[in-house]
Amino acid sequence: MNDRFNLYRYAAPSAFYPLAGALIPYFAAISIVFGLAGLYLGMLVAPTDFQQGEGYRIIFIHVPASWMSMFIYLIMAFWAAIGLAFNTRLSGMMAQALAPTGALMAFLSLWTGALWGKPMWGAWWVWDARLTSELILLFLYIGYMALTAAIDDPKRADKAGGLLLLVGVVNIPIIYFSVKWWNTLHQGSSVNLTKSSMAETMLWGMLLMAMCFWMYSIAVAFMRVRTIMLERERHTDWVKTLLAGDVK
Amino acid sequence: MIHWNSFSDFLAMGGYGFYVWGSFGLTVLIMTVEPIMVARHRKATIARLKRQMRAETRAENRNTAE
Repeated sequence: MNDRFNLYRYAAPSAFYPLAGALIPYFAAISIVFGLAGLYLGMLVAPTDFQQGEGYRIIFIHVPASWMSMFIYLIMAFWAAIGLAFNTRLSGMMAQALAPTGALMAFLSLWTGALWGKPMWGAWWVWDARLTSELILLFLYIGYMALTAAIDDPKRADKAGGLLLLVGVVNIPIIYFSVKWWNTLHQGSSVNLTKSSMAETMLWGMLLMAMCFWMYSIAVAFMRVRTIMLERERHTDWVKTLLAGDVK
Repeated sequence: MIHWNSFSDFLAMGGYGFYVWGSFGLTVLIMTVEPIMVARHRKATIARLKRQMRAETRAENRNTAE
């Protein structure tokens, strides 16, 4: 064995647990800094939209929440694939720790979308491809959580949940490309890699808010995964030692 | 630099106040409550696991004494 930094070491819950614990305050702090900067730019500095007036400012949470709802699902599906292929303990725990946050992001995406749709389209909800596929994403999160909660054996719960995640991943490109594939009421994307249809302060405000949501999700998922680890590994020596002392 | 002329302008959001603050309000609420609930669940779990572990050690000690 050599002393070189070894990433695989952290695949063991006993090694990942303290690492995650040490990183949480940093992710939380960075999230708050990005959030304040994003709110400053988005809510105080960015100009009025020439079509949507001040109502467009919902974009500063609607887009980050929608991005995260899709991104978290992809990460969960990635962990599910790793878990099913290599039978690693950590992957199922990671997927479970991410699910509630992903569901909340999908819910926030729909909620802010409804509050945006009402003044701009005159309807809280329409059965449009983008909105419907995002609603299906929320149902996939809820279905995953209900399924894994209903199975007592964590290993079997991970397997069943993992399969659901992998089947459901087909929905992600459908959400993403829905505004291109179908005629939808939902507007096309405001940002892409080559050009953006937004003013610079708007764009930066939105990217900062996206970073804030990203860091927030990592911090909360790490908090949750640490509890899941204690619960699932309660019969191992490292958890028993932790529980015998002052758990951190 | 600042886009608004007054605080009441800022609150009114050009007539979209209800929709904008309804969006931001719930988001802030959720992003405050979620970490608190996760932390409370963690505390409760640790307390439960500690109780279980103590009960198990007591049971083991009884078995060895007999």
